[in-house]
Amino acid sequence: MGVKLLLEKANVPGIRSFEVYRREGGYRSVEKALKEMNPESIVEEVKKSGLRGRGGAGFPTGMKWSFIAKPEGVPRHLVCNADESEPGTFKDRYLMEFLPHLLLEGLIVSSFALGSSDTYIYIRGEYAWIPDILEEAIEEAKAAGFLGKNILGTGFDCNIHVQRGAGAYICGEETALIESLEGKRGNPRIKPPFPAIQGLWMRPTVVNNVETLAAIVPIINMGGDEYAKIGVGRSTGTKLISACGNINKPGVYEIDMTISVEEFIYSDEYCGGMKGGKQLKACIPGGSSVPILPANLLLKTAKGETRYMNYESLSDGGFATGSMLGSGGFIVLDEDQCIVKNTLTLARFYRHESCGQCSPCREGTGWMEKILYKIEHGKGSISDIDLLWDIQRKIEGNTICPLGDAAAWPVAAAIRHFRDEFEWHVNNPELSQTSNFGLQHYADPIHVPA
Amino acid sequence: MAYIFNDTQMAEFKRLVSRYPEGKQKSALLPVLHLAQESFDGWLPTEALDYVASLLQIEPIEVYEVATFYSMYNLKPVGKYVFEVCQTGPCMISGSDTIIDYIKQVLSIQPGETTKDGLFTLKLVECLGACGYAPMMQVGKIFREHLTKEKVDAIIAEYRQTANNN
Repeated sequence: MGVKLLLEKANVPGIRSFEVYRREGGYRSVEKALKEMNPESIVEEVKKSGLRGRGGAGFPTGMKWSFIAKPEGVPRHLVCNADESEPGTFKDRYLMEFLPHLLLEGLIVSSFALGSSDTYIYIRGEYAWIPDILEEAIEEAKAAGFLGKNILGTGFDCNIHVQRGAGAYICGEETALIESLEGKRGNPRIKPPFPAIQGLWMRPTVVNNVETLAAIVPIINMGGDEYAKIGVGRSTGTKLISACGNINKPGVYEIDMTISVEEFIYSDEYCGGMKGGKQLKACIPGGSSVPILPANLLLKTAKGETRYMNYESLSDGGFATGSMLGSGGFIVLDEDQCIVKNTLTLARFYRHESCGQCSPCREGTGWMEKILYKIEHGKGSISDIDLLWDIQRKIEGNTICPLGDAAAWPVAAAIRHFRDEFEWHVNNPELSQTSNFGLQHYADPIHVPA
Repeated sequence: MAYIFNDTQMAEFKRLVSRYPEGKQKSALLPVLHLAQESFDGWLPTEALDYVASLLQIEPIEVYEVATFYSMYNLKPVGKYVFEVCQTGPCMISGSDTIIDYIKQVLSIQPGETTKDGLFTLKLVECLGACGYAPMMQVGKIFREHLTKEKVDAIIAEYRQTANNN
């Protein structure tokens, strides 16, 4: 069993209630932070921990916190990004649904460190039952003196508010989230100014992912140095991976980032192997926007080294032969899956979710979906594949926010690694929807575990 | 119907607005639109949007542009139960096509349509964050996961029963 810092108590009966959570050692980090530490020393511990943002970008959290401006007399805000919407990602939902007090504990400590007396949780609208769970937990914490006025007699006031979104992937981008929290369309802002200077209501704001904020709890409890000893290299601590697709045990797993991809897929502790004993064809290891990899490049790097479940190893080889850990949304595809069709559904997703501000993204995502639809339905030509490549290249890097990149990368990687499958669709229009290209050519040698 | 909150809804409206600093009441727009949609038959006609604008003391256009941006606000009437079936990658590779076809067949409707009795609407949606429990759909506030044809039958029967009892 690997180290468990976040989900250690997830199976304790009644852990959703304050009483049980507290009895199991909960809220110790609030006592420690508010009574024995100050905001600066908390930021210092977070820096030492090496914690990187768990929403997908992997930016060092301590550094992000240290950027927050502190103009005299202007309130500052912490906003929790619970807009989890990247296909393949459902880890934050698990944390909020089953361990609401862990998130609140992390939020209180973080609010103290950043000087936020009104902290907001922005949760995706579709998770419609979770705000009730969080609000109940907030009331419990308030009744116990961990939230509200003068917390634990330290003079620190903090309120946590829950706001539901209304169905927009783009609101996971931090400036779009802020716009949405202000009651507007989720159009990302041009940066600078960064939220740390002018964010919510033009006040200094830090936006952090749910899992990032939950990880603050073990960091304060054990100290940044101890936390940094878990994991490897710049992948410190633990990471939640939400695994889905054609595996035996889809679900949310906490890993310490030292295990191999092969172990994660095939061991009974995690995914439990491929469903129905099928062969592994491909995997999108970090949420739908990161590059898809064929089985051979997923399990081993281009240099033939074992690939591990961490930031560095998954990105080894760059986009030519690697991918990213991203949000930890781990999507596994078996031999029966069609790469063109899978890419089409993702292209449709990004077209649907483009906010429409930037032409390359607004127009490009629509064109990519149309061309992929043609190819999937046996009406494409070889030049369409090149056109698709050309469009994705013209979106990447040419938009205000990273949604353009997120839309371009899956298409680029699918063509890069599975071009022969696209060509097969073009050359076999009558077969393109009735049969499957299968495991030919590209993934040689396909690794079949004993 | 009259698009005016009753006392309970008005109390909830005030609670929503109280979360934000004075003068920033526009921030409550998304939650207030949810409240309005729940209060007014599951969709938001222009009258409802105008009412929300007047409550929040903002221009109607500020409400329209938000209501048309977010996918959860229904700007046309919908059935009593809306089946929002996910069709994105992870659900697709887990068999969402079969479920969608089956729902179309048993309810005799296409995506975007409502059954004649006004009970069910089928809507195809993009990723709802339940990829590990696919195929799935959202109905009202909750997720129905690990869908099979049998489960779809049972869910439809369950809602028909509930509707009959009311």
